[in-house]
Amino acid sequence: MPEKKRDTYQEFIKGLWRDNPAFVQVLGMCPMLAVTNSAVNALVMGGATFFVLVASSFFVSSLKNWIPKQVRISTYIIIIATFVTVTDFTLQALMPVVHKELGAFIPLIVANCMILGRQEAFASRNSVRLAVVDALGMASGFLFALFSLGAVRELLGEGALFGFKLFSDDFEPWVIMILPPGGFITLGLLLLLFNWLKERKDRLVAQLDEMEIEAR
Amino acid sequence: MNELVWIFISALLINNFVLAYFLGLCPFLGVSQRLETAFRLGLATIFVMLITALCAWFLNTYILVHAPYLRLISFIVVIASTVQFIEMVIKKMSPGLFRALGIFLPLITTNCAILGLAIFATNKGYGFIEGMVYALGAGLGFTLALVLMAGIREETELAEVPRLIKGTAMNLIIAGILSMAFMGFAGLFSAA
Repeated sequence: MPEKKRDTYQEFIKGLWRDNPAFVQVLGMCPMLAVTNSAVNALVMGGATFFVLVASSFFVSSLKNWIPKQVRISTYIIIIATFVTVTDFTLQALMPVVHKELGAFIPLIVANCMILGRQEAFASRNSVRLAVVDALGMASGFLFALFSLGAVRELLGEGALFGFKLFSDDFEPWVIMILPPGGFITLGLLLLLFNWLKERKDRLVAQLDEMEIEAR
Repeated sequence: MNELVWIFISALLINNFVLAYFLGLCPFLGVSQRLETAFRLGLATIFVMLITALCAWFLNTYILVHAPYLRLISFIVVIASTVQFIEMVIKKMSPGLFRALGIFLPLITTNCAILGLAIFATNKGYGFIEGMVYALGAGLGFTLALVLMAGIREETELAEVPRLIKGTAMNLIIAGILSMAFMGFAGLFSAA
């Protein structure tokens, strides 16, 4: 069924770029800005969110016929909270240093509006397969966004990436970038970049359309 | 007494939930177009925060001692039911306010500031009175940030800015500048 396959592919790819949860829908910023002061933290946070989103999408979608409409939001939250607790304890056992650095922000994944939004808008209305594919796409998009934010901030704020110094000692680190204001400003500028890319693409498409009409 | 004042000031200004901890950003960017609505949402949040602190203290003292792994889930359930209760009360008492806050009322449940408050208060080991003072400071700090942002946004609505940057991008950069201004309050600690 080629038709079906394209659908699945599109559900996956939309989360990565067109509907990127962080850059286009601007959801889930709360845990996003707080932990992206280095690339490693951003990756761990992205990985944790990835697991929670995919697992809860799978569960919500499989259970959608048994969840009463009136209490659906609370049910979703309890499902999400269960997976976040699992993630929290796993990270504490496996990576105690990073866990300590992320601190209260791992439990706060529960409050990531992006995850709840996907359950309400997608997983509760679609088949299990599509829900998981959608969650994979969205989570990868989120991971990508977190990583680009963390990489930019660490690069400018400490002149390093993953803890390796990249610049010579002459480079004066912009300390503000790893402090809270840097997070806001970096995300603002990245959104600006996204808007610009989109605008440029739209204009290109319009130009091509015009040329096609003229050629006729 | 002195310590309580510090908890309050620290939650209100120095470690402002929105501008230093990035908590509650969704309502901060979503419901800050109008000063009036922002103020009311702030009040609702303060109320929810006080109740959250009360519940968190109760759960921590009497129930979670026996089952610490249930912390997150029980916090969420208690907060969610509180918010649902407030939603019903507001719907009954003031339909206008209910319409104005729209989708964000149910989203107070997933407002990270609320859950963050419960978690931070637990991690810091606050007792009952400290917890309540912390909640009051955090709630007022949230309202302060929200109202400041709404005021600035009302002003910028008429300003001429490049079309590309309009919207969230500009709001985030404004928030960054506000956050820089709030960093100045960090000096309060050394002054004491």
